[in-house]
Amino acid sequence: MVLTLAYRNLFHDRVRLTVTLIGILFSIVLVAVQLGLYLGARKMIISMIENANVELWVTSYGAKSFEEAGTLPGRERHLTLSVPGVQAAEPLIASFAEWRKPSGGSTLVVVVGTNPTTGALAPWNVVEGRAADIEAPDAVAVDRTYLENLGAAKVGDTAQIESTRVKIAALTDGIRSFTTAPYVFTTLDRARSIISMPSEQSTFLMVKLAPGADVELARAAILERLPGREVLTKAEFRDRSLDHWLFATGAGIALIGGALLGILVGTVIVGQTLYSSTKDHLNEFATLRALGSSSGYIHRVILLQAALSAIIGYLLGMAIALGVVELSAGSALPIVMTPGLAATLLGLTIGMCAISAFAAIVKVTKIDPAMVFAR
Amino acid sequence: MNQTPVVEARNIVMELGHGAGRVQALKGVDIIVRPGELTLLMGPSGSGKTTLLSIIGCILSPTEGTLSVAGNATAGLQPEGLAALRRKHIGYVFQSYNLFPTLSALENVRLALDVRGFDRATAARTAREALISVGLEHRLNAYPRTMSGGEQQRVAIARAIAGEPSLVLADEPTAALDSENGQSVMALLAELARDPKRAVLAVTHDTRTIDFANRIVNIEDGKIKGERKQKTKQGALRPEPKSSRAARIGNPIKQEA
Repeated sequence: MVLTLAYRNLFHDRVRLTVTLIGILFSIVLVAVQLGLYLGARKMIISMIENANVELWVTSYGAKSFEEAGTLPGRERHLTLSVPGVQAAEPLIASFAEWRKPSGGSTLVVVVGTNPTTGALAPWNVVEGRAADIEAPDAVAVDRTYLENLGAAKVGDTAQIESTRVKIAALTDGIRSFTTAPYVFTTLDRARSIISMPSEQSTFLMVKLAPGADVELARAAILERLPGREVLTKAEFRDRSLDHWLFATGAGIALIGGALLGILVGTVIVGQTLYSSTKDHLNEFATLRALGSSSGYIHRVILLQAALSAIIGYLLGMAIALGVVELSAGSALPIVMTPGLAATLLGLTIGMCAISAFAAIVKVTKIDPAMVFAR
Repeated sequence: MNQTPVVEARNIVMELGHGAGRVQALKGVDIIVRPGELTLLMGPSGSGKTTLLSIIGCILSPTEGTLSVAGNATAGLQPEGLAALRRKHIGYVFQSYNLFPTLSALENVRLALDVRGFDRATAARTAREALISVGLEHRLNAYPRTMSGGEQQRVAIARAIAGEPSLVLADEPTAALDSENGQSVMALLAELARDPKRAVLAVTHDTRTIDFANRIVNIEDGKIKGERKQKTKQGALRPEPKSSRAARIGNPIKQEA
């Protein structure tokens, strides 16, 4: 009967139920969009690091992120390869450069120079051509979602990066950049040529360890040989990039702040409507109390009202949020919805509604059952 | 007939309000309510009868005095303890029925049984029996808004008796009813009181109810002014009971259209 009473109390006043559900719905959509944007940004920021099949990254001292690192002079590779346990040390170049569109105008890109055959880092999610196609003369690989930004339409189209002619040889799908400057994959030599970097220099060394090698020992040995450089594990480099883009720039704070605001708004709206619903049913709760119900019984009715509101609001909110996610798929900052985020949102919604029930529970706890005689 | 009192209240004093507005609503009341009786507590407005009913019903705790309900002393009980006592031993009938508007008649009675911890199936069966026993077998699924005042009060009575309490308290049970329905409800309460294990105490100022009572207690200005016993006319209204709960409660009263 607790569930029946909660359900009837909730659906008895359709207008108030609608207001409650709209409040929860908007709260969920707002939180989903904000957290989805956060996850989307996070995914973009760390995509290169996550997709590199290496354990350690050698960078110049103070590298802020994948896109913002200094230059390694070049002797690092041999010194690193001399460390026991190091199987490979692959140079990687990442640098901003100007892409000149064939039709005029230009846009900033991040040139990623890599050797696609070593297995350390190569274009992934290739949907047209092959990763190795970037080894062809002038060849580059770009993400198809950026074609329009780059003034290109298809594989085979040409453009110019700085003063170097390039030809789109392969297309990837979903390799997007948080900086909005599209990643352009090409070979190491062509990348050096584009950004006028001397031969043998690179931005990073991607270090692959032999199976069973101790990461910390290898790192210490590399650092010993390369004073003034940094050697980061994948997790450290990922965290540093996230810290830089999400927190040093304030972008992540804004997204998380928006999500918190959504939770706050939802809590207040649900709390207000639950409180007013409880006030409206106060005589009924007093009757229940007079009939001998425990406080816990009445609390369960209110909490179930909150839970029902949460579940219905969540389902409606998620339906809209998934629509927004779908619409944002091709945008500069796609919103990501994962099972984890969906579960988190459900937990947040239920938590939000439970907290919202607090005021109503306080109100009902103070009920004087003698009020049933005052009617 | 078992004459062990269901209610035994001694020297009940109740002060209400604070500071200069503090008043003594009850000034040393002694009252005993025995099973098998319909006792009417009568008095003018402000005499303290509803306050006394609230205390006997374990809703209010007296400022002074002792109270025992179904053999349980209430002294020192916290609100949850008093609620447990109400749940176990007391059924209420309110002046304004206090039915849940979003629940059907059957659900209203089931709710009271759910509060008492009855399992779903037993609660449904018992609630149905209780409603049939008050003549509402044709209104089981009706909602309060579609029922007349008399029908609603009968649902309230079914709710009060479904849990088999040893004490049924009624607060002005006929005040919101017309004469015919008032008589029917009083006849029903009188039938309930014929159960030797149950006492019925009704607060009223409706003199039309007097004929149904076994005992009338007069209260005035917070004090018991006297009481008298009498023969009732309930027997004339009750043919031989036929089955189970109906046998315990008596014949259903006249059904309304």
